Amino acid sequence: MGHREASILKFHVNVMGRSKIWFSISGVIILIGILAIIFRGFSWGIDFTGGTIMEFNIGHSFDTKEITQILDKYKVGDYQIQKLGSKGDGVSIKTKVLPDNVRISIIKDIESKYNLTDKDLISSQQVGPSLGSEIKFGTFLAAGIAALLMLTYLGLRFNFEMSLAAVLALIHNVFILISVYAVFHITVDAPFIAAILTVFGYSVHDTIIIFDRIRDNLKIMRKSSYDEIANISVNQTMGRSINTVITVLIMLLLMYFLGPSALKDFALPLIIGITWGAYSSIFIASPLWVLIKNKEKGKKVINKPAKVQ
Amino acid sequence: MRSRGFIKLFSVIFVALIVAYVAFIGVNAGNYTIKPVEDYIRLGLDLRGGVYVLEEAQGNVTPDAMSKAIAVIRNRVDALGVAQPVIVQQGSNRIRVELPGMTDPDKAIDVIGKTAQLKFVGPDGKVILTGADVKDAKAVYSQGQMQEPEVTLSFNSEGTKKFADATQKFIGQPISILLDDKVISAPTVRDAITTGNAVITGLKDYKEATDLATLIRAGSLPVTLKPIAYQSVGATLGPSAYKASVDAGVYGVILILLFMIAFYRLPGFVADIALGIYIIINFIIYAMLNVTLDLPGIAGMLLSIGMAVDTNIIIFERLKEELRAGKSLRAAVDAGFNKAFRAVFDANITSLIGGAVLFYMGSGNVKGFALTLMIGVASSMFTAITVTRFLLHAIVDMNFVKNIKIYGA
Repeated sequence: MGHREASILKFHVNVMGRSKIWFSISGVIILIGILAIIFRGFSWGIDFTGGTIMEFNIGHSFDTKEITQILDKYKVGDYQIQKLGSKGDGVSIKTKVLPDNVRISIIKDIESKYNLTDKDLISSQQVGPSLGSEIKFGTFLAAGIAALLMLTYLGLRFNFEMSLAAVLALIHNVFILISVYAVFHITVDAPFIAAILTVFGYSVHDTIIIFDRIRDNLKIMRKSSYDEIANISVNQTMGRSINTVITVLIMLLLMYFLGPSALKDFALPLIIGITWGAYSSIFIASPLWVLIKNKEKGKKVINKPAKVQ
Repeated sequence: MRSRGFIKLFSVIFVALIVAYVAFIGVNAGNYTIKPVEDYIRLGLDLRGGVYVLEEAQGNVTPDAMSKAIAVIRNRVDALGVAQPVIVQQGSNRIRVELPGMTDPDKAIDVIGKTAQLKFVGPDGKVILTGADVKDAKAVYSQGQMQEPEVTLSFNSEGTKKFADATQKFIGQPISILLDDKVISAPTVRDAITTGNAVITGLKDYKEATDLATLIRAGSLPVTLKPIAYQSVGATLGPSAYKASVDAGVYGVILILLFMIAFYRLPGFVADIALGIYIIINFIIYAMLNVTLDLPGIAGMLLSIGMAVDTNIIIFERLKEELRAGKSLRAAVDAGFNKAFRAVFDANITSLIGGAVLFYMGSGNVKGFALTLMIGVASSMFTAITVTRFLLHAIVDMNFVKNIKIYGA
């Protein structure tokens, strides 16, 4: 018997015993994130703020100062210039919304400066400021509604303690993802919000698997403490928690490293969020459930003598 | 039992191969043709290259004014000779225009956004009157027995005078009606018209009459449009983005297939067949729904492929455990399915909720993602319950391995 049990438990991580460490790690990351948001804010994409992005294929190396001079000539106040491609022979210019004539003049100037043709304007994009704030509002509203609906569904499907733990872990996930984007000042646009919602839905996978196992084990291991039950459940399901995430990560990493920038915009937050989601199902959601359960038990013990009287 | 298992397994593979052949290559048997799914799936502008412009009508606009504005744009886009343009209304006062193959956004904005110019020109090339002189144009059926479709025109007082002069002068000759310098109709003058009410006859059908009337009205009371967003993707960027996405997808699928076999052996192979069938099903659904596949859509599709094997992993891990606990193979397969299904179901419903809200409320650049993700999640549940389950039972029937190691246990 002993032998068989040993083969089932391939992992022996004492998750519950060190729950303070896991909570602290998340706490610190979120704290740094909040500080970054307060002191620097997000790097919003033009989806949300409105603005213009032009990308040129220059064809050889160049000095961004030359582009700066052209932009200054037209008194474009606020801009970002970024080299593109592994050889740095392309350029991306991000500005606030420009009037058509200014934009056309800038394109003409850059084209004549580097002997470019129309084909070398790889892409250009403009979003009006009012449309930007409309998209921002709409996207956040959608995210809020979706999150509420998802949470309601989870609440209906789990018992109270489990849904509370799952929901707290999910919200914590979102905070971690937002913190990473704030700290590294990565552009936040509509794909990022879509990715957050996807992470939300996907991380539930792992949490449900563990909680289902806890429920099974609660029936079998009647005499064990919640700590023990959660620990064994987490270790029993660790193999699949890791494997399910690996297959998704294979795809996401290839999307990130091989795919075009539009795919990277989706892949990056998903890589961070899904990895952290798998981690947090084990290291946050399960200890949280134990915490909630033990609190309840404590209350019951206090209540008991009162009942006896 | 054994032979039944083999028949089950190979019939699934055989049917999948036939469906794959029909879906990706198409059939042409006599007068019965099934075109490959490729022909039903449009690629987005970000993959083909082209210009997208979102125009907003200024001031208060009626639905009629919007349909006129769309007719004007369609008329101009037709003149540009762009293949497969998209011109649709968005919300109450916006028009989304997609012009594949165009590269210059400023030219597109210029062509789409300029105010409509309606002119009536005589055979001598001189302008008789302009849109400002036209009061109304309507498509009607003629009063007589024939019930022919026709367009009635009415002019304001100045227009009436100009038109009367012209029709007196050009009896028996054509007067051309031009919208934005493109001839939309060239009726021949039969009589001098002095009442300010004219009729254009000889139209093919009622639709042609409606189209013509709409264009004339559009020119008489033009809507002012303002571009509020545009995007242009160069002819080289789109196809290279497409190739990069396909590469990522193909390598990703290959690695996932290998991972599943390495980790789960025989069940892993079953999952690989199921994944193949899953991918075929997805493309067929895209074709049936006429999905426009853009880069966000590809992101959703690739993500859903990565997530699709999850269901199988959860089931197989359960299966391994049940086997190790000493259950018979058949009992282990059934237990694996039943116990794993709840977790899979709840997680997928949560994903579907998120996807549905994003699809209905999200901005243009996430709608495609939400759509392919929803299709993917729904079809992965379907393939897990039907295909994977059926195949695992087939293998149990085959009963050729007693060694549970081949199940990865």
